[in-house]
Amino acid sequence: MADVTTGNGAVTYRESVAEGIAREMRRDPTVVCLGEDIGAAEGVFKTTVGLFKEFGGRRVWDTPISEQAIVGAAMGAAMTGLRPVAEIMFSDFLACCWEHLAVEIPKVRYMTGGQVTVPLVVRTANGGGLGFGAQHSQAVENWAFTVPGLKIAAPSTPADVVGMMASAIRSDDPVVFFEHKGLFASKGAPAPPDHVVPLGQARIARGGDDLTLVALASTVPTALAAAERLAGEGISAEVVDLRSLIPLDMRTVLASLERTSRLMIVEENPYQGGWGGTVASIVADEGFELLDAPIRRVASECVPLPFADRLEDEVIPTVDRVTDAVRRLASY
Amino acid sequence: MTTATEPGTLSAAQLLDLYEEMAVIRRTEKAIQDLFLAGFVKGTTHLAAGHEAVAVGASAALRDDDYVFATYRGHHHAIARGATPEECLAELMSRATGVCKAKGGSMHLTKAESHMLGSYAIIGAHLPMAAGAAWSAMLRGTEQVAVAFFGDGATNIGPFHEALNLAAVWKLPVIFVCENNLYMEYTPIASVTAVPNPAADRASAYGLTGEIIDGNDVQVVYDAVLQAARRARAGEGPSVIEARTYRHYGHSRTDPAKYRPEEEVAEWMARDPLTLARDRLTALGVAGEEIDRVDSRARQLVSEAVDAAKAAPEADPAEALTDVWADGSATWRT
Ligand SMILES: Cc1ncc(C[n+]2csc(CCOP(=O)(O)OP(=O)(O)O)c2C)c(N)n1
Ligand SMILES: [Mg+2]
Repeated sequence: MADVTTGNGAVTYRESVAEGIAREMRRDPTVVCLGEDIGAAEGVFKTTVGLFKEFGGRRVWDTPISEQAIVGAAMGAAMTGLRPVAEIMFSDFLACCWEHLAVEIPKVRYMTGGQVTVPLVVRTANGGGLGFGAQHSQAVENWAFTVPGLKIAAPSTPADVVGMMASAIRSDDPVVFFEHKGLFASKGAPAPPDHVVPLGQARIARGGDDLTLVALASTVPTALAAAERLAGEGISAEVVDLRSLIPLDMRTVLASLERTSRLMIVEENPYQGGWGGTVASIVADEGFELLDAPIRRVASECVPLPFADRLEDEVIPTVDRVTDAVRRLASY
Repeated sequence: MTTATEPGTLSAAQLLDLYEEMAVIRRTEKAIQDLFLAGFVKGTTHLAAGHEAVAVGASAALRDDDYVFATYRGHHHAIARGATPEECLAELMSRATGVCKAKGGSMHLTKAESHMLGSYAIIGAHLPMAAGAAWSAMLRGTEQVAVAFFGDGATNIGPFHEALNLAAVWKLPVIFVCENNLYMEYTPIASVTAVPNPAADRASAYGLTGEIIDGNDVQVVYDAVLQAARRARAGEGPSVIEARTYRHYGHSRTDPAKYRPEEEVAEWMARDPLTLARDRLTALGVAGEEIDRVDSRARQLVSEAVDAAKAAPEADPAEALTDVWADGSATWRT
């Protein structure tokens, strides 16, 4: 992956999750964690390593396998003075607590006329690429994207994990924090002290003039790898890492298009109902005159995720598929 | 708020206060039914007439800063925890002065400043929330208690079971109060539940005792909740109370509730919580005229509330696009 820093001091995306949470727990005694196997066992993905040891059982709570109780209790605690950080082990399991995530948490502030706030974070391991099969591999960021009232973070680098975790935990609004399973082992520069990345601020991951690739989480390294390849062919692709879906930083996307005039959206959720559809529709509405070519979307195929690597590669956007699509778009 | 320190010790004056609160709720529910039929109230209503003793008795046994979570059948809980009939009626009539600025409606009455943290319309969803509020109180060391009120129907959905288990395992200061009115919407709860007492009989599965009480007797409810709250504050964990009660109207809107046998209705109407409280007051030596005075005061209060709510301005269209986020906005993109 092009986004990997291998120099001294590089840290993994995985350890940055625990680091981001720990920094906030040190800063704010109202931050508490709950989830399955997150305490002494330090998480099935080892994303809570060290938290139980440092903060103890009154701040880091192991729960039963009760997704509705986990997210529902986080909601009740958030309404009453705590800042809970709830872990849902795999994002597929969000379906088990979708009632709370889609119908309770994002609505309660609105339907009470602003009487209550719900400052919570639901963290979850999202996406494919590791061969976990159809029920443990979905990229479901678009599920959350359909629900007004949820903020959505999906970092692509270790430093962003820390900086966006700080913003998510400090947010007075509910945040769904998608940690990408395929990125856990990736490395990057560590976050500086007090690193805070505001939600809703996209990042230009690579500058370019010929076209704009809009990416999120796992598709950022994919897009960067494609851009690197294409540079050798004389195509200069800009890569925008959206970082969060809500708030959605369309200003950065539209500003990039002012220079490149060509847009490709690279998303891991299925084409059908994927977030790229909304990005495309805003650009069609507000950036039509900026465009010299049709908007293209490279998304996952509209099938459940298959198990075998060779099959999974047919479904999820790969560097090859993105590279091919960019070539066609550049020559349009 | 009315308080007594020992079970069974509500004084005549205290009981009269509770009677008045129940009378205000009863009058409000009657007014809502009339306003619904007259077209002033849109959508749906789920009236709690008949359930007043559960809300008023429980509320009196709680501290002002204890948390309450209720269901869509929650007008009685909102009023018992400090929402005024006027702001509730205004909410139902889509007025700007509604308790939720007309963004909630009948099913979502909430009075957060008095710790009544909402009425929730998806069955069972709020039981884990109450557990979470209790967890928060425990961690903050405030000795606050959280109470979830829910219907008999809620005992057959997952979050009920997840919440009881979590609360038991974590020894949370939460009280689960089932308002068993014998029916879910139109189906008798007995015909869809594997045990005769839908909440109480499930408690033992989570190592808890389930207490079955007369939910129409305000003194009985008060006593049971007072004891449960004491246990919770003492760190002894959650309680399950199944309060048997009955609704005076149908399930919602204009449901005539023809599915209920006439003898059953007659039996429960004779055990109206207001009648039972009146009997208790009489036994304590309170004169009938005094109770009548309280009744007419309640009638007067609600009739003024109806007039005020009717006279209030309609909801401001600009409010539709506020209150999504904590900063007050609905902005989702740059
Ligand atoms: C999850 C869910 N399923 C179904 C409904 C539709 N529904 C609304 S009220 C109700 C009956 C609930 O009965 P109970 O819990 O006994 O409460 P009651 O209305 O008797 O107070 C049903 C089925 C719902 N709101 N939520
Ligand atoms: Mg019922």
